[in-house]
Amino acid sequence: MRAGARARVLRPLAALTLALAVVLAAPVAGAGDFITVASTTSTQNAGLFDHLLPLFEAETGIEVRVVAVGTGQALRLARNGDADLLLVHDRPSEEVFVAEGHGSQRFDLMYNDFVLVGPAGDPAGIAGAGDAAAVLGRIAAVRAPFLSRGDDSGTHRRERALWAAAGLDPRDASGTWYREAGQGMGATLNTASMMEAYTLADRGTWLKMRERLDLRLLVEGGAGLRNEYGVTLVSPEKHPHVKAALARRFAAWLISADGQAAIEGFTIDGERPFIPNAN
Amino acid sequence: MTDIGEAFAAAFSLVYHLDHDLGEIVLLSLQVSVGAVAVASVVGLPLGAAVALFRFPGRGAIVVLLNALMGLPPVVVGLVVYLVLSRAGPLGVLGLLFTPTAMVIAQVLLVAPIIAALARQVIEDMWGEYEEQLRSLGATPRRALAALLWDGRLSLLTAVLAGFGRAIAEVGAVMIVGGNIDHVTRVMTTAIALEVSKGDLALALGLGIVLVALSIAVSAAVALLRGTLAQPRAQ
Repeated sequence: MRAGARARVLRPLAALTLALAVVLAAPVAGAGDFITVASTTSTQNAGLFDHLLPLFEAETGIEVRVVAVGTGQALRLARNGDADLLLVHDRPSEEVFVAEGHGSQRFDLMYNDFVLVGPAGDPAGIAGAGDAAAVLGRIAAVRAPFLSRGDDSGTHRRERALWAAAGLDPRDASGTWYREAGQGMGATLNTASMMEAYTLADRGTWLKMRERLDLRLLVEGGAGLRNEYGVTLVSPEKHPHVKAALARRFAAWLISADGQAAIEGFTIDGERPFIPNAN
Repeated sequence: MTDIGEAFAAAFSLVYHLDHDLGEIVLLSLQVSVGAVAVASVVGLPLGAAVALFRFPGRGAIVVLLNALMGLPPVVVGLVVYLVLSRAGPLGVLGLLFTPTAMVIAQVLLVAPIIAALARQVIEDMWGEYEEQLRSLGATPRRALAALLWDGRLSLLTAVLAGFGRAIAEVGAVMIVGGNIDHVTRVMTTAIALEVSKGDLALALGLGIVLVALSIAVSAAVALLRGTLAQPRAQ
């Protein structure tokens, strides 16, 4: 009687192991030419990749796998050699990335701008102001709620640069009127809407989400709000395993007339969230 | 708030239209989590049974450790697996980062302690009951272990199901090591997180409803299996 018991335990185990083999085999099958792009949540949330990638893949047959994280994390992924291409929006750190030898070349790709949005009541009275840093100073002076991304993304880095330009360190007030969400742009906008707070947003995500939000666009177009996206090749000298040739093809396509036209052709509700500017 | 109503509408529309992307995501979720639970069971069940049956120095510490590891934070596990599989890490040459295999590895680490800890408790309770009988039959420890795993199969199935519940609902680890890449490593939970980050709460909740339905389906399938397993043996 007990002799059968062992077989009865082993048989399902064998079946489970077989199931495992199938599971592990699945990802290997059908893996053609692909590259991994470390990019930002703002481009993904706006829907840009859903628009661009099918065009490129149809033309070249190269699959583009996008890992969309904050700019800080994207840079760290690329620095570890875990991506073939970097598409982010924090020019100073992209230049450092190239200078340190992690990237072989950076190209201008496109730009849009950041906007300051806030509750319709506008308690700090910032609507229509021109200078973003001065606006932040006014928000701090009246201690109006301000929601920061707080996630080391490109938008968060810009926001910190603007506070620094205003000569303020809002993190002293963190948890009171200055609140750090630690979330992506969409979630931060939702939260800001619910807590009637000001926040800095990229225009793409703002356009995509404004319908659902109780927020108004209050400040735009001033100095310090330009948002530049660049594409950087990860250096095969530093990271020998990167697919440099395939990554270069994608980068070349993005900055080519075709790629730039594709970016230009991407609209949300008739508005163009990204303006191509490769030269 | 109309989001909840919209969420149910979104869930029905997703299922009704048999959205191709959704099918892909559901299938990958099952592949990853079932795969992880299978590996974790192969490791965890015998491990739990061995800890229950054998007396050795440091056993108490292992029991405490197993129980504590049931509460491993997924994000931490994801981070550790990322650091190991990253090109800059010790196993980077394997190129496993951002693949479903990496997600399975992370989930095995999360699920195996749950299965092992629950199996240990089940087998230990049974051992108290069966010890004399098995000893009088002259069963070797290995045979006793196999017999107990078989006789405890119904309770152990619950342990395995608990592990599956953890795996299918987990987002922190698979997000980090999988990267939530469309058509490659996007599963139900990371798709939900993405929709939340996009601010599309209705679609996120809709996907959540589909995920809960999926869990219920798996649990029902296990209940059927349990019925089959509970049948008296042929011999």
